[in-house]
Amino acid sequence: MKTIYVDNNATTRVAPEVLEVMLPYLSEFYGNPSSMHSFGGKVAHKIEEARAKVASLINASPDEIMFTSCGTESDSTAIHAAISSVPDKKHIITSRVEHPAVKNLFEHLSKKGYRVTFVPVDRKGMLDLDYLYNNLTDDTAIVSIMWANNETGMIFPIEEISQVIKKKRIVFHTDAVQAVGKMPIDVSKSEIDMLSISGHKIHAPKGIGALYVRKGTRFSPFLIGGHQEGGRRGGTENVVYIIGLGKASELAANHMGEMITHVGKLRDKLENELLKRIPNAMINGDTENRLPNTTSVSFEYVEGESILLMMNELGICASSGSACTSGSLEPSHVLRAMGVPFTAAHGSIRFSLGIYNTEEEIDFIVEKLPPIIENLRNMSPFWK
Amino acid sequence: MWEYTEKVKDHFLNPRNVGVIENADGVGEVGSLACGDALKLTLKIDGDKRISDAKFQTFGCASAIASSSALTEMIKGITIDEAEKITNNDIAEYLGGLPKEKMHCSVMGRDALEKAIADYRGEPGKEVDGEIVCECFGVTDLEIQRAVKENNLKTIEDVTDYVKAGGGCESCHDKIQEIIESVNGTPVTEKTRPSGLTNIQKIRLIEETLEREIKPELKKDGGGIEFIDFADNTVFVKLRGTCSTCSASQVTLKHYVETRIKELVSPELVVEEVKQ
Repeated sequence: MKTIYVDNNATTRVAPEVLEVMLPYLSEFYGNPSSMHSFGGKVAHKIEEARAKVASLINASPDEIMFTSCGTESDSTAIHAAISSVPDKKHIITSRVEHPAVKNLFEHLSKKGYRVTFVPVDRKGMLDLDYLYNNLTDDTAIVSIMWANNETGMIFPIEEISQVIKKKRIVFHTDAVQAVGKMPIDVSKSEIDMLSISGHKIHAPKGIGALYVRKGTRFSPFLIGGHQEGGRRGGTENVVYIIGLGKASELAANHMGEMITHVGKLRDKLENELLKRIPNAMINGDTENRLPNTTSVSFEYVEGESILLMMNELGICASSGSACTSGSLEPSHVLRAMGVPFTAAHGSIRFSLGIYNTEEEIDFIVEKLPPIIENLRNMSPFWK
Repeated sequence: MWEYTEKVKDHFLNPRNVGVIENADGVGEVGSLACGDALKLTLKIDGDKRISDAKFQTFGCASAIASSSALTEMIKGITIDEAEKITNNDIAEYLGGLPKEKMHCSVMGRDALEKAIADYRGEPGKEVDGEIVCECFGVTDLEIQRAVKENNLKTIEDVTDYVKAGGGCESCHDKIQEIIESVNGTPVTEKTRPSGLTNIQKIRLIEETLEREIKPELKKDGGGIEFIDFADNTVFVKLRGTCSTCSASQVTLKHYVETRIKELVSPELVVEEVKQ
């Protein structure tokens, strides 16, 4: 059975070009980049090359990029660095639709004595900017708002937000894990202080991330140890994966046009055909300000896990915001924050496409999904 | 991804007895769209009180559909007196087990069956009794008490897995804890953990914890444990049965036995194995 992978916001396949550049550093070139000999120095040089490529993807300067182990570490490092640079300030702000990497950290900090403001979103998933701006105080240590939402693909006006926050002299961090590689990002046009990147969302392997730290931002390391990463993160560098992330960043920059034309076109086709062929289906979120690869579709009167497992039988890999898939009993906090009714939230499916998807694959999904929904609805006591 | 048994997958992908019996003799409806799962069970019951046909409609996840399908297969052809004895565990067992977090699907099946039988007999529904404890999922104190008793539940998390109560806003967690304690007789929370114990008291509690909590768990895997000695806050034990030869026994000892002892007796205790 062929696998049709439309779950690229969860993770992506490692690009063959990425794997190829990584392999030699798993075998013959095993030097320590910190060593004095040229055998290690050669490796150090490759790390700096990778750093420049990551920097170039978001138009930063290479020394503003530090490597981490994942997106979560980038988020945690940024948020901890910000609050420890202003220990007297006890108010922090984020949105109600963040990834657990940020959401759960803020909830944790609220138990440690921080006052947390969670900025709401409207029915279309757009952030309530007035609410955000009205809650900025002299006591605010950090504002952390994601650039694009992993479930709906909604894009927030991060450049604009960063300008406003800057004027208040508050540190601004953005979790850009879903945005990087799917839309052009230029940090020089913004006042973002810190920005998180995850490798495995852009065809590098799992286990590598990066954090952009604007020059002049007060910073304290999360991992204290050696002088690596300019003293911002101790520990011997994950050389092989850093080289992989460098290549993946270069590819992402090269594929940006394709992401918007090819991937965006496929996503639109998938969405339009599903809405046309399946009654009582709707898109969650605003279709205007959205990543080109993501769609969150709700099918009323059926439950998401059942849909996913039926699709799984056909080799189709997607995700759901349903409660049952997560092991919790509440459906996705993102859809609930948007006020999506339970009837639709339980039956939500997220398709997130990538550059490797083909039109044939989309045709296959569009053909196979309507009978699955129909079958499950015929089993449902609520469907007449 | 959930670890579903082949039987769960089979009943999900090829559900038996889907539909509604016209002019049914007993109808049981439980759950709602908001809760994320719902089941409508319809029964045809003969003159000799035998269930001649059963059909279901389910909105829910794979295990909810599989539990409903399994239930209809289990009750077809038996009398309602026999059907009444079916527990949620029987449904789970018929399916070769359900993931812990999905046990509420089997409870939903049992509840629908009870309602359908009550409907046949013209009795009012039982579930209106009691006081709502969990507002999010509309679960009463009596339902929680019953689940705790029948399934020997120990924690709030267990209760959520079986009847969903406490899985939403969590504001009812204190009430659920009280119910667990009142049913089990002995408080098991951290809040009420005894402090400043004498050695004699510690030894008694260790013995009790081993007997009541740990041995039954190890026994499930064919293992056992014996309390040998206690000195300087160290609990010396000997592993028995499959545990004594199992390569993962050190993990069991530290992660399970020691954690439970620390939790239920005293946090400063450590557990050591006495070798032959």
